[in-house]
Amino acid sequence: MTDNVLEIRDLGVEFKTDTGTTNALRGVNFDVPRGKVTAIVGESGSGKSVTANCIMRLIQRPGRITSGSILFNPTSTESFDIVALPDKDSLIYELRGGLISMVFQEPMTALSPVHKVGDQVSEAILCHRNVSKAEAWEEAAEMLNHVGIEDVSRRINMYPFEFSGGMRQRVVIATALVCHPEVLICDEPTTALDVTIQAEILTLIKRLQTELNNSILFITHDIGVVAQISDYVVVMYQGRVLEIGSTHQVLKDPKHPYTQGLLAAIPGIAPPDQRLSTISDVVGDIDITTAYPLTTLSDGRKVSLPQEALRKFSIRRTSETL
Amino acid sequence: MLRSILKPFQVVSARVRSMNYVTRRILGMFPTLFFISIIVFVIIDLPPGDIVTSRLDRMEAQGVEASPEYVRNLRARYDLDKPLYLQYLFWIGKFVTGDLGYSFFYSKPVNELVWERLGYTLLITVAALFFTWIVALPFGIYSAVKQYSIGDYFITVVALVGLATPNFLLALLVMYFSSEYFGVSIGGLFSVEYRDEVWSLDKVMDMLFRLWIPASVVGMGGTAVTMRLLRANLLDELNKPYVVTARAKGVKPLKLILKYPLRIAINPFISTVGLLLPTLISGEAIVSVVLNLPTTGRMLLDALLAQDMYLAGSFLMLLAILTVVGMLISDLILAWSDPRIRYE
Repeated sequence: MTDNVLEIRDLGVEFKTDTGTTNALRGVNFDVPRGKVTAIVGESGSGKSVTANCIMRLIQRPGRITSGSILFNPTSTESFDIVALPDKDSLIYELRGGLISMVFQEPMTALSPVHKVGDQVSEAILCHRNVSKAEAWEEAAEMLNHVGIEDVSRRINMYPFEFSGGMRQRVVIATALVCHPEVLICDEPTTALDVTIQAEILTLIKRLQTELNNSILFITHDIGVVAQISDYVVVMYQGRVLEIGSTHQVLKDPKHPYTQGLLAAIPGIAPPDQRLSTISDVVGDIDITTAYPLTTLSDGRKVSLPQEALRKFSIRRTSETL
Repeated sequence: MLRSILKPFQVVSARVRSMNYVTRRILGMFPTLFFISIIVFVIIDLPPGDIVTSRLDRMEAQGVEASPEYVRNLRARYDLDKPLYLQYLFWIGKFVTGDLGYSFFYSKPVNELVWERLGYTLLITVAALFFTWIVALPFGIYSAVKQYSIGDYFITVVALVGLATPNFLLALLVMYFSSEYFGVSIGGLFSVEYRDEVWSLDKVMDMLFRLWIPASVVGMGGTAVTMRLLRANLLDELNKPYVVTARAKGVKPLKLILKYPLRIAINPFISTVGLLLPTLISGEAIVSVVLNLPTTGRMLLDALLAQDMYLAGSFLMLLAILTVVGMLISDLILAWSDPRIRYE
């Protein structure tokens, strides 16, 4: 029996616009194991961020959760379904920033330009705990120090526009972690940063995860980042999950043709002096748009493939294990 | 080590910087006012004739023939025989010392005429400004947050009607309906029984009670504009990443809107409070004629028609000073509210 902090089942989201309905998610299934880093990878529009926003209940009109459940187990004994909560339920506000929090993609715009850094970090505390403002600022200062901001006593009174991109992302991370949430969702936290800062922030997230022992859901389209940080990988495409497995399994031996295509399209892995393969080169005529149910293979990973392809896999796997 | 030594200096330098901003803004007012004073003076002098010719016209209408000698003396008495730049220097020289000159039309020093009226104008303008904000703020926010709801459409229609209705027409309508259906005359700033009374608490209460009618009439157009602009500004800000961040922190909806997007959306308005003043003052001019208010509007109009140059010039100059000071105040408030401006 594995201990999952989040269990997402059959999650469906649609966006109704004047030009038609977009099904952003069509039956997403995956688990986030407690105390581990789970990465969601996929191209733009695959539904990574929408999934994250569902967990925080941040989906707004014209978007709507149409089906499914997100079972949240803050401790291994209690649990509730996030999707089933009424819109203005107080538990939603307790959840946001308290039990689950989020680090966003754009540190340049994710902070308010007219509020002091200390104000924005301590606000998360004031929303969830009954402490005085001074105490909240003190804790905020501690957390800012913890995420590697020097000279906090001066910087806490500064405004975000006086910070560099990397420093701002540290502030965003401090804001997200200041209430010690069970789950930290990182929505492409390093995409807007340059490579050196990217490495620093990744190291920081990983370090804090081991220290605070929380669970992380890490959204990215960068396979290199996945290899560096995550324990498990969820591959998404067109609002569905195609493959789930440990990072080692998925990156070393991808079973789904789409995942194979995704890996083949990484510049560093492809042979030099050769045109980079596109996903469609690798996938070819194989149908990856039809929604096949996720099937668990003998080594614990899950793939979404048609019966005949699956049979081939299963047979091969069974013959190997035999 | 070095940093800790430098620390007090950095704090001081931040304060010096913001002091610099204030000083710069205040010093910047003077050239502006100087140019305004020249423009005011030239424009008043532009129409053919002067106060003497308009007085002669009146005398002629009464059948009195004025001798050329009398005319020359009159001109000399008011310095009208001097070149224009000298006239300007005389006027502005006295103006800065607080002597606003002499009104030919009322045969009284301008100082005795303007201040009370200017006070009432300021009162009505400020009241109109408050009216604008008290009405525009909640409805503008509602309109943006509930975009395309029935309430939003209703507010939009009312705002557009308000925008399209001229002030004076609204004043006439309000007057007509209040006397026709409620039997009260709402003209003037005081009830009949208080009009010639000395100031007392009752008189002040009476005035405050009647004030909201001219204030709302004058502020109507500005309210509609402010409401629409606030809606548009707020809609731009509502889905900005920093708002989502705050939402993800668990901030409750009402506090969220007031603290984050509204703070940004409101900045353009703070900076335009100063710009709103001239419109309110000129709008007030026509309304004051219709509603018979003891404000500058009527007298300024008469002074301009009679070419009563010192009276008209002083009025325009004082209104210009009010506007420029209003702009200064709004700039300072903006600098206080938005650190990005303060730290420039």
